[in-house]
Amino acid sequence: MRATSTRERPTTGSWSLRVPALIGIAFVVVPLLALLARTDWPQLGTHLSSPVVGQSLRLSAVTTSATMVLVWLLGTPLAWLLARSDHPLTAWARAVITVPLVLPPVVGGVALLMAWGRRGVVGGPLEAWFGISVPFTTLAVVMAELFVALPFYVVSVEGAMRGLDRRVDQVAATLGAGPVRTFVHVVVPLVLPGIAAGSALAWARALGEFGATITFAGSFPGRTQTAPLGVYAALEQDPDAALALSVVMLAVSVLVLGGLRSRWLR
Amino acid sequence: MVRLVGLLAAASLTLAACTRDAAQPDNADEPQDALTLTVLAASSLTDVLEPVVDTFEVDHPGLTVRASFAASSTIVQQVNEGAPADVVALAGEASLEPLEEDRRDGPVSLFATNQLEIAVPVDNPGGVADLDDLAAGELTLVVCAEQVPCGQATARLLAQEGLEPPIASYESDVRATLTKVELGEADAGLVYRSDVAAAGDRVAGVEIPEDRNVVNRYPALAVSDRELAQAFVDHLLAERVQARLREAGFGPAPER
Amino acid sequence: MSGLRADLRVRRGEHVVEARLDAPAGVSALLGPNGSGKTTLLLALAGLLHAERARVEVAGRTWAGDGVDLPPARRSVGLVLADPVLFGHLSLLDNVAFGPRSRGMPRRAARARAQEELGRVGLGELLRRRPAQVSSGQAQRVALARALATDPDVLLLDEPLSALDPQTRSRTRADLATRLRAYPGVTLLTTHDPLDALTLADRLLFLEEGRVTQTGTPGEVVARPRTAYVASLVGLNLLTGTLVDQEGWAVALEADGARPAGRLVLAEAPEGAAAGEQVWASVNPAAVALFSQRPQTSARNLWLLRVESVTVTGQRARVHLTGDVDLVAEVTLGAVAELDVQRGRELWAAVKATEIHAYPA
Repeated sequence: MRATSTRERPTTGSWSLRVPALIGIAFVVVPLLALLARTDWPQLGTHLSSPVVGQSLRLSAVTTSATMVLVWLLGTPLAWLLARSDHPLTAWARAVITVPLVLPPVVGGVALLMAWGRRGVVGGPLEAWFGISVPFTTLAVVMAELFVALPFYVVSVEGAMRGLDRRVDQVAATLGAGPVRTFVHVVVPLVLPGIAAGSALAWARALGEFGATITFAGSFPGRTQTAPLGVYAALEQDPDAALALSVVMLAVSVLVLGGLRSRWLR
Repeated sequence: MVRLVGLLAAASLTLAACTRDAAQPDNADEPQDALTLTVLAASSLTDVLEPVVDTFEVDHPGLTVRASFAASSTIVQQVNEGAPADVVALAGEASLEPLEEDRRDGPVSLFATNQLEIAVPVDNPGGVADLDDLAAGELTLVVCAEQVPCGQATARLLAQEGLEPPIASYESDVRATLTKVELGEADAGLVYRSDVAAAGDRVAGVEIPEDRNVVNRYPALAVSDRELAQAFVDHLLAERVQARLREAGFGPAPER
Repeated sequence: MSGLRADLRVRRGEHVVEARLDAPAGVSALLGPNGSGKTTLLLALAGLLHAERARVEVAGRTWAGDGVDLPPARRSVGLVLADPVLFGHLSLLDNVAFGPRSRGMPRRAARARAQEELGRVGLGELLRRRPAQVSSGQAQRVALARALATDPDVLLLDEPLSALDPQTRSRTRADLATRLRAYPGVTLLTTHDPLDALTLADRLLFLEEGRVTQTGTPGEVVARPRTAYVASLVGLNLLTGTLVDQEGWAVALEADGARPAGRLVLAEAPEGAAAGEQVWASVNPAAVALFSQRPQTSARNLWLLRVESVTVTGQRARVHLTGDVDLVAEVTLGAVAELDVQRGRELWAAVKATEIHAYPA
């Protein structure tokens, strides 16, 4: 809250800056509004209660939750090692982890098939020795989501961790805290805003995951058909259900991002 | 900033160069509208339509036919949303239903039929020998999603035979279904006979007897009022095209 | 023994620190110009930097050497830096309790220990505050309490007062002195402020270009500086040359570049040095007299020198002179005005033989 009524003169008061800015914002807002405008609001409840919608939303909730747990467990230590290690391989590791950021998700799905498919590098022996087959399972959905979401989290959290004063962990070490205690009790609490921001990005990416999932996990209602796949499947058969599902995803995304922003992101 | 723009430009050019290598000579400098015919066709027509397009181009010197392949349901939806197209060729009559009246610029011509066949990996790890094996369980079976014609045909087939096999995935179109089998991720997939033929030795086919099978009829129609559009639809019924279709595993055009 | 004995070689960037230290219980101040390697040395002692060669023994235990290289968490060390570097997510109490907790003390005992330690630095009332809610001086005292709460054998203070504003600094310096007197272990304090060193330390160690150049009590060091840096820090002129005995005792100054050989006449033979030996000669700037004309003086050391710069502190000015010798003269502000001292002006500088204090190098 501002106590005074003095306002600074903006340094952006030119139409040659405002016009592109307004076009930019309109480009994003118009499709979102169109989605809302075309939604069959009176029948929204009916559409949402259709089994396809419920199943895919539930599956998305379950898989993205599982993905986030894995993202936290694997990504947080990884980000910390990348932030602090000066090993020559670190630069390579940092480059490799960012590849899925720029890779088309479908290519990611193909890569996952090559690795974890029944004839894949890892999946082949897994199937032959243990009879475990990964594709077409909910686990495959989680793996596809993890593949695309983890880099977002790691990159964001590593940035926050690098911004952490190196002397903080040095002091913690001299106080008798080993690497794990320093990480859990000092580093993680201090970069919590960065972790929240990274989680929001990663979660949004996992929720929206389509290409890698449909390629690697296929599409089966209740098992591998997540909300985006549900939207895609329903779009041609039952466009109103697809719109209803889209509106729900939009609302959930806005709520989660908004909640995170007010709490953590500034 | 300048370096960033340069990098992105270089990346785009690399991609563009790759496509140019793979495709036919670039036609960008030819006049577009008058001499280009756009055909949107079902995925299952991917391989067979290219020679058909070639013969049509030979018959009409100076004409370029651009063919694009997708799931039949997607094509209809895109045309309804105003996608520029002259001809649509779909894999099932049911897919045609949602096509809006004002986009229909000619009579529907049924130019081919197709039947389902079981595609299995070459080494047939599931030991699939006939239709009933699909319901035996333990198999990873992929089928087409119900919004595409092969999915509708599959649903009809399974209902008619009273089979309820466990299904691993509803793939978005017939090509995706076939790919899962090709990669060995699925033990069996229900696809068109023509797809098994097109896949050559990458998959093996297990035929479904005539009396248990279902038939999908392929409709084509003009969706623009250009004469060449109707000409292309008629061309699909020409004897040499029909021969080519039969060769590719399709059935003949049904009697009208 | 309860002292610290170390022999380290540490590379940091282009700098190499190669130092032997022998610090008994009590406060040793480590002085040196910027970039001399003071911080590097401290971090290496704490185990936070990798040493190319390290031998560190503390209170009879080997921290490094003989194939041993304890990680920081297993060295009994407390570290206080220029900034407090408190853990922003913890209360002051939990900041101080962090060390004892990390070393396995139960929560209640650790908190009690922390409360006691905060009380000793006068912060017993602010236990629940967050680091962001206290002043910089208070935060620095929390940092000290946190470092001491683990009862370390060695306390490392890296420029602990340098980030504080002048008033807070003198107040905190006094608190630090009080607290350090009650601490039984070895304290190593880096600083480039002689006042910190003289008020806090029992012993001084000088580090220049990665090497220890002089050690001793403040009294010893002030009496006999052994490098130009040490001399300037304690405010003395320092010259070096060979002791000669020709028509009385003198120090022969060697020719150096454009500078001719010269002589410093002494009043008497220096203790412990024989003719032909290398000696140091220190001159108090207050004993350097300046004249605008060649003076009629009994002073036996007289040079015509050029003014290089003038710095004023209080009522006195220090005039830096260069020429056949480099000298600093300390004169009153009145004398500065009278002599029209300014850069480039030539002045006569006279020093009585009795004011030159020579001692063996």
